Amino acid sequence: MDLLRFITAGSVDDGKSTLIGRLLYDSKSIMIDQLEAIEKQSKNKEEGEIDLALLTDGLRAEREQGITIDVAYKYFSTPNRKFIIADAPGHIQYTRNMVTGASNADLAIILIDARNGVVEQTRRHSIIASLLGIPHIVVAVNKMDMVDYSQDVYNNILIDYAHVAQSLGLKNVTYIPISALNGDNIVEKTDKTLWYEGPSLLQFLEEVRLEDDVDLKHARFPVQYVIRPQTEDLHDYRGYAGKIISGVYKKGDQVTVFPSGVSSTIKAIELGGKEVEEAFAPQSVVLHLADNVDVSRGDVIALSNDVPKTEQELEVLLCWMDNKPLVPGNKYLLQINSRQVRAAVREISYKLDVNTLLQEANPQQAVLNDVIRATIKTASPVAFDAYSELRVNGGAILIDETSHVTVGACMIQ
Amino acid sequence: MPRLDYLDQLESEAIHIFREVAGQFERPALLFSGGKDSITLVHLALKAFRPGKFPFPLVHIDTGHNFPEALQFRDALAAEIGEKLIVRNVEDTIKARNLTEPKGKFASRNALQTYTLLDTIEEFKFDACIGGARRDEEKARAKERIFSVRDEFGQWDPKRQRPELWNIFNGRIHKGENVRVFPISNWTELDIWNYIRREKIALPSIYFAHDRKVIEHEGQLVAVSDFIQLEDKDVVHTKQVRYRTVGDMTCTAAVESSADSLDDIIREITATKTSERGETRIDDKVSEAAMEDRKKNGYF
Ligand SMILES: Nc1nc2c(ncn2[C@@H]2O[C@H](COP(=O)(O)OP(=O)(O)OP(=O)(O)O)[C@@H](O)[C@H]2O)c(=O)[nH]1
Ligand SMILES: [Mg+2]
Repeated sequence: MDLLRFITAGSVDDGKSTLIGRLLYDSKSIMIDQLEAIEKQSKNKEEGEIDLALLTDGLRAEREQGITIDVAYKYFSTPNRKFIIADAPGHIQYTRNMVTGASNADLAIILIDARNGVVEQTRRHSIIASLLGIPHIVVAVNKMDMVDYSQDVYNNILIDYAHVAQSLGLKNVTYIPISALNGDNIVEKTDKTLWYEGPSLLQFLEEVRLEDDVDLKHARFPVQYVIRPQTEDLHDYRGYAGKIISGVYKKGDQVTVFPSGVSSTIKAIELGGKEVEEAFAPQSVVLHLADNVDVSRGDVIALSNDVPKTEQELEVLLCWMDNKPLVPGNKYLLQINSRQVRAAVREISYKLDVNTLLQEANPQQAVLNDVIRATIKTASPVAFDAYSELRVNGGAILIDETSHVTVGACMIQ
Repeated sequence: MPRLDYLDQLESEAIHIFREVAGQFERPALLFSGGKDSITLVHLALKAFRPGKFPFPLVHIDTGHNFPEALQFRDALAAEIGEKLIVRNVEDTIKARNLTEPKGKFASRNALQTYTLLDTIEEFKFDACIGGARRDEEKARAKERIFSVRDEFGQWDPKRQRPELWNIFNGRIHKGENVRVFPISNWTELDIWNYIRREKIALPSIYFAHDRKVIEHEGQLVAVSDFIQLEDKDVVHTKQVRYRTVGDMTCTAAVESSADSLDDIIREITATKTSERGETRIDDKVSEAAMEDRKKNGYF
């Protein structure tokens, strides 16, 4: 069975949590006791209906304020597919939590309130979806019940959003008119939008093609840990433990270790304690090399015929996630997969204006939720690929050395 | 090349998390309860680190109210895999710290075990504690990061969680803080059972149908034991039951069932209309935010 990870995004109150509640409810994935619990809490709602958003708004503060603050993960499956849903907050203050949920998503559902159309947060979340390279985008025009299921309203929103998609270079955009509240076009298609010919949301989620989302061309293996039992019978055992993040490795393959550039061949591959001839992404394995070369945590073992870049100066698109501003000259730790190096932000070449999607050149600093382009200098060489070519080896985080908090998300260019 | 099956994807993700702990922390520990989730963690750790030793001990916070079958299983498993097991008793903490034991029919030490946990973390200077919590269990858990930073008092601050991007885990902390790590965050109850079946993982016998003396309490079946106080109105029945989760005898309810194989259990879990927690936990119904509050106080 296959696994699809998706996120719901969009502005505050556009109906993200309600949509997920509806999806779980209509696909019969909610247990009786959970339903009873939210029924009880929904009592103070005027209509006397259940508030499906309560299924994911799991924190007290969220229930009190009726908003989502942090990502909630929910799980359900249909006969063909398993789904991991991340319900993101729409509020601008919690954008970094949305980024957290979006970073692992194969698909993003961007909700738009049919009454309001495309608003600033729609654009901000679309920018993040495009920066993160989420492979599939669904634009769900929600609350169609509030606009009499009007095709004109829907079409106008499509036209507006198509501009956003075009300027951000978003591909694979699918549009669906829905009412999360009433369940229209969520699991079943509704007869209220006969003018809409596409699939229901769930049907789309079940059928969207995922085969191409794992890169099997560029072989990358970041070393996480070196296994050396040093017992009598395993005296010479030295295994490099890690996850193949992309590509395929075979016994006998010629490999190069980065950043050192030393070469060797693969002597053996272990998967779950058993030797195998080959292994592929995203399997966690242990690699053994034929030569006694120096390999440690944070190094990348790649096939020698197709190698990552190794540089000390990185051009990045950066999403700033800290309350303290980012000022050129600031120093951080940069972590890419299992490698941490010290780094300094050299200069900010531009900042993206969320409303116009235009670039503002040479800003003085970046503040919370800004998206900028910057140059980062690292203390030692880093092996990476361009994020746009290989997501799994092109993303890095910045860590504040004093607070230890993750403050930036970098997409290396 | 095929796309990896979902169980293989989850397994690989968990192994990756284990190895990040090994690579990033000085003194990690694996919190082991003897339940199916922590047994699954041990199995995943074997896959992550064999033929090497675990880079952490197994740690059990023993409330003194455990099922004897789970304790036997714990000791046998630790001996079989040859890894270090540390046990710390809530009983000792109660004496040493003069804590007040909760009273009542199902007096549970669930809340008190946080004291023992925090003392144990301090005693061994653990900087990371790996646990088997899953996000599908409970709505506050559904919100927690895989690397969840806790302050000196073990407290979780849900409003100040660090961003956690891609599969990059930031385990940097200040002295005195620790990280709770949840490798099976993204597994559901059914995933765990399917994995146990696929990998032929052994479980304590109480997970399978057996006869047991129970009383009924608000629709739930509670085992008769030294740890609960029977009232005159209680009627003791012998019923065929199994456990869906294994916690304390005081706060875990049994499920009436004749499922004595993994196939049967999986069939029942697939068809069930009640959540794991809803069916088996006696303590969680107290308040809407019970779990959130416990986590804020240092609980797992
Ligand atoms: N009429 C109507 N109301 C809806 C629909 N979907 C959601 N709502 C209502 O819109 C309000 C906000 O819904 P939520 O699901 O909490 O919105 P959200 O997008 O999750 O909000 P944040 O997470 O705080 O950003 C609630 O009162 C919902 O009942 C819909 O399709 N039609
Ligand atoms: Mg919400």
